[in-house]
Amino acid sequence: MFHVKQSGFDIIVIGGGHAGIEAAAAAARAGGRVALVTLRLDGTGVMSCNPAIGGVGKGHLVREIDALDGLMGRLADQAGIQFRLLNRSKGPAVQGPRAQMDREVYRLRARAELESNRLITMIEGEAADLVIRNGRIGGIVLADDSELQASAVILTTGTFLRGMIRLGEEARPAGRVGDRPSVRLAERLESLGLPLGRLKTGTPPRLDGRSIDWKNLEDQPGDPSPVMLSFLSKSPALPQLSCGITHTNPDTHQTIGANLYRSAVYGGHFDGLGPRYCPSIEDKIVRFPQKTSHQIFLEPEGLDDHTVYPNGISTSLPAETQAEFVNTIAGLENAEILQPGYAIEYDYVDPKSLRATLELPEIPGLYLAGQINGTTGYEEAAAQGMVAGINAARQTQGLEEVIFSRAESYIGVMIDDLTSRGVSEPYRMFTSRAEYRLSLRADNADQRLTPVAMELGIVSEDRKRLFEEKQQGLVAGRAQLTRLGMTPSEAGRHGIRMAADGIRRNGIDLLAFPDVTVERLAQIWPELDSIEENTARQIECDAIYGKYILQQQRSIRELLRDEGKRIPADLDYRTISGLSGELMEKLQAARPETLGHAGRMEGMTPPALALILATIRLAELQQAA
Amino acid sequence: MDTIFALSTVRGKAGISVVRISGAEARAAASALGGEVAKPRHAGLRGLVAATGERLDQAIVIRFPRGASYTGEEVVELHLHGGVATADAVLRELARMPGLRQAEPGEFTLRALKNGKMSLTRVEGLVDLVNAETEAQRRLARRLLDGELEDRAGSWRQDLTRCRALLEAVMEFADEDLPADTTPEAVELLVRTRDSINREITGSKAGERVRDGFEVAIVGAPNVGKSTLLNHLVGREAAITSEYAGTTRDIVEVQMDLSGLPVTLLDTAGIRTASDPVEKIGVQRAFDRAQAADLRIFLVDSKETSSDGLLPVEGDLVLAAKGDLLPEGTAAAVSGKTGLGVGDMLAAVTGRLESLAGLAGTASRERHRLAMTAALDPLADAIDEIEGRGRIEIAAEEVRLATRHLETMLGDIDIEDVLDDLFGSLCIGK
Repeated sequence: MFHVKQSGFDIIVIGGGHAGIEAAAAAARAGGRVALVTLRLDGTGVMSCNPAIGGVGKGHLVREIDALDGLMGRLADQAGIQFRLLNRSKGPAVQGPRAQMDREVYRLRARAELESNRLITMIEGEAADLVIRNGRIGGIVLADDSELQASAVILTTGTFLRGMIRLGEEARPAGRVGDRPSVRLAERLESLGLPLGRLKTGTPPRLDGRSIDWKNLEDQPGDPSPVMLSFLSKSPALPQLSCGITHTNPDTHQTIGANLYRSAVYGGHFDGLGPRYCPSIEDKIVRFPQKTSHQIFLEPEGLDDHTVYPNGISTSLPAETQAEFVNTIAGLENAEILQPGYAIEYDYVDPKSLRATLELPEIPGLYLAGQINGTTGYEEAAAQGMVAGINAARQTQGLEEVIFSRAESYIGVMIDDLTSRGVSEPYRMFTSRAEYRLSLRADNADQRLTPVAMELGIVSEDRKRLFEEKQQGLVAGRAQLTRLGMTPSEAGRHGIRMAADGIRRNGIDLLAFPDVTVERLAQIWPELDSIEENTARQIECDAIYGKYILQQQRSIRELLRDEGKRIPADLDYRTISGLSGELMEKLQAARPETLGHAGRMEGMTPPALALILATIRLAELQQAA
Repeated sequence: MDTIFALSTVRGKAGISVVRISGAEARAAASALGGEVAKPRHAGLRGLVAATGERLDQAIVIRFPRGASYTGEEVVELHLHGGVATADAVLRELARMPGLRQAEPGEFTLRALKNGKMSLTRVEGLVDLVNAETEAQRRLARRLLDGELEDRAGSWRQDLTRCRALLEAVMEFADEDLPADTTPEAVELLVRTRDSINREITGSKAGERVRDGFEVAIVGAPNVGKSTLLNHLVGREAAITSEYAGTTRDIVEVQMDLSGLPVTLLDTAGIRTASDPVEKIGVQRAFDRAQAADLRIFLVDSKETSSDGLLPVEGDLVLAAKGDLLPEGTAAAVSGKTGLGVGDMLAAVTGRLESLAGLAGTASRERHRLAMTAALDPLADAIDEIEGRGRIEIAAEEVRLATRHLETMLGDIDIEDVLDDLFGSLCIGK
């Protein structure tokens, strides 16, 4: 039935988007032989939405990907044309590095990175079917009926599963503008009984930058001293540009309002749910009628590219209406649209059906990552791709799986949210989703995760050496600061105000006070001058949250204090109300022996653990009664 | 899970006895006894017959379907004729059925809690209701059971959730055009919640009194007639009285129901300068206890007006002791010997306690107050952070902590510590 059988691969990655490339690279770092199958090789690493990487929450994810030696941070630093640290005026826990990309440079670098990896083979083709043998994945079938064999497959199909682009009254099947959707694969997944849902997202029209009146627009330059996305980068590789800022006005709103019935979304053509935090311009006008102006960032898509991405006016109005409303906006009076905005609706698989490794338990060896799991954003996709890639490779090697916890990373928070709660709109990373936000910072992602990556053996020698040097600096710096100390009255003489409680405080304690920096302490103790600047910043970030980090560690410990508590072998989890159905089944099947075991199960949440603990305690009480 | 049953009314002679059956087999068990059960929530008169064919009783049988019953499971109630023998016969018959067993103490309520039919505060309300002895206790328990505290805590949580959303917006959407600064509204919500919690804490002290009883101390110099007055009030010789000063060494406590309020009357050792070391301890103890009481009745006579440091505070009663020996018409005189002025005194005490009870919030347990108090610090810190150093991420963390403390009140998390106390105090069938 099949013409050709290709073997020699351990892992097949389907899709060359941000999840796919990170999955392939991670699987290869873990020693797997990878085939990356994509519809168009030159579509590898394309940024199909806004030309930017990072941000608050998203920047945290990029730093974590980088700490695990993933690609995204380094690629973004190579392709970055404007760097900004968001929330610079707020605390380090919520600061997120972000950069505008030269899309073309990003795409080419990503592809080159994969092609230069001897463990990765790039294959152009459409994955049409999955091969399932003896209940587990055995490979895939391409549209030309040839078969690729592998013992693990990672699906990263983005918005391609039965993708449907809508623009005004028009609707056409597409995975992305100019690309075919994957229909056969979606039908195959459906036939496997996977729970599928529909989501939608949208994109704004792309403008010709040469037709924009830049001189009358507000300029938004990058930061004077750019903060990089990768721990390995020192400075931007490309010349830097500014973005422009403009605003919609009552005329714009009137034009849109008059044509609302022609919008694909408002015309009632949609079933899928869109993200509330990324509304279309139609949404903004309908939901906030009292607001007469909305901000638009005009983001250049590259150094040699005239295309401009107007961030803030995503729309599914007909093309001619888009042109009409765009021309009402200051600076865009004569702007020409290169490609109209559109909305896209696509299938996703309910991520509650996944394990924390992103494997589908029903079909061992099959992993899903990225938008297919109901997320949005390059960074969310890339992080999932990496988790799936590492685990797929380890599974083929017979090694233990790797699960990221909520207490150690945003990656863990995201995967736990997805697999235990599912999604109701495209899932985006927010820092508020992390209970341990003050500990999980972009600045310390390497300290949290690089040691994990080193243990897994997926880190380059360069990164390892840099990390170890940084660690030594931190340890030495902290030791120096801990040795020094002063009383409140001594501190007062140096202008550091605090309660006169007579308690002697060491250098680290002092850093928790307002406006106290390592530099300032170095004026008192000159020997502190030897602490290198980046090291000083890192120590300061930890010191600011010292009290809270201790509290959070206590709360993690509190949760684990009943770690060794035995769970009765006959405990019926189905009788514990409040447990998710998924978790209930997992527990019923796994029958953990102790509360500690239960706590380490995938999808386990602190409240769920408390419920189990309470049930055990109640049973004991009853026996005693 | 077993189907459980128990006699849910007090055991003994009564008009009717109610046997409650809960669990998957409840309906089948009732059918086995009395034939097909009527549709949910409809009373059906059924002859209950044992497996041997022996007729047990004529009973009203009511079924409550799963999800809409007290325990959340399928529940059938058998309303039997009162009397120990009938109930026992039915219970024995049920015990014979496979999959059925007698309920453990508190098991129905435990199942209700586990099935999400009740929050912890409601369960506590129920425990209090079952144990309520006076009308005021019953009213308070009723309010707790009705979820009033739950509603209050729910509204705090709602305000704090909104507050967090306002703070998060500033951080998560740093790069987007937000409406004007959202932090003033956040501070407003924090202040409102803090004030409301403070009011509830104040009320909780009174609430605890309604639950556990008020203390009223009778104080005065030795031999001024305190014990005689107490004995008159309770109508028995609760405190030994004699002609000699210093007879009541230990504090004598007597429980009373004053117009529905639970009251513990304390007869204290006479407060005076004592030389005997044992008596000294008694006097000190009396002094401390009297000072801590909710209300003091000072008995004074002409010989000795000073009470050695213990002075009446606002709301206390000061009465002329041994009123029977005073000229007729002396104002505010009382006599335990003849009962003179006792009615007026009780009316004054009741009035005072009722006004204290009126302050009662719905939070009546120490646990509630601890949770609320624990939430106050992080709330204050959050307000300071926003208005002072502007570290929003720390303010958000404080608000999260405060929310968690309040959640422990509803038993959403960390319920472990309260369970011992709670289920230990439940009686069978409820």
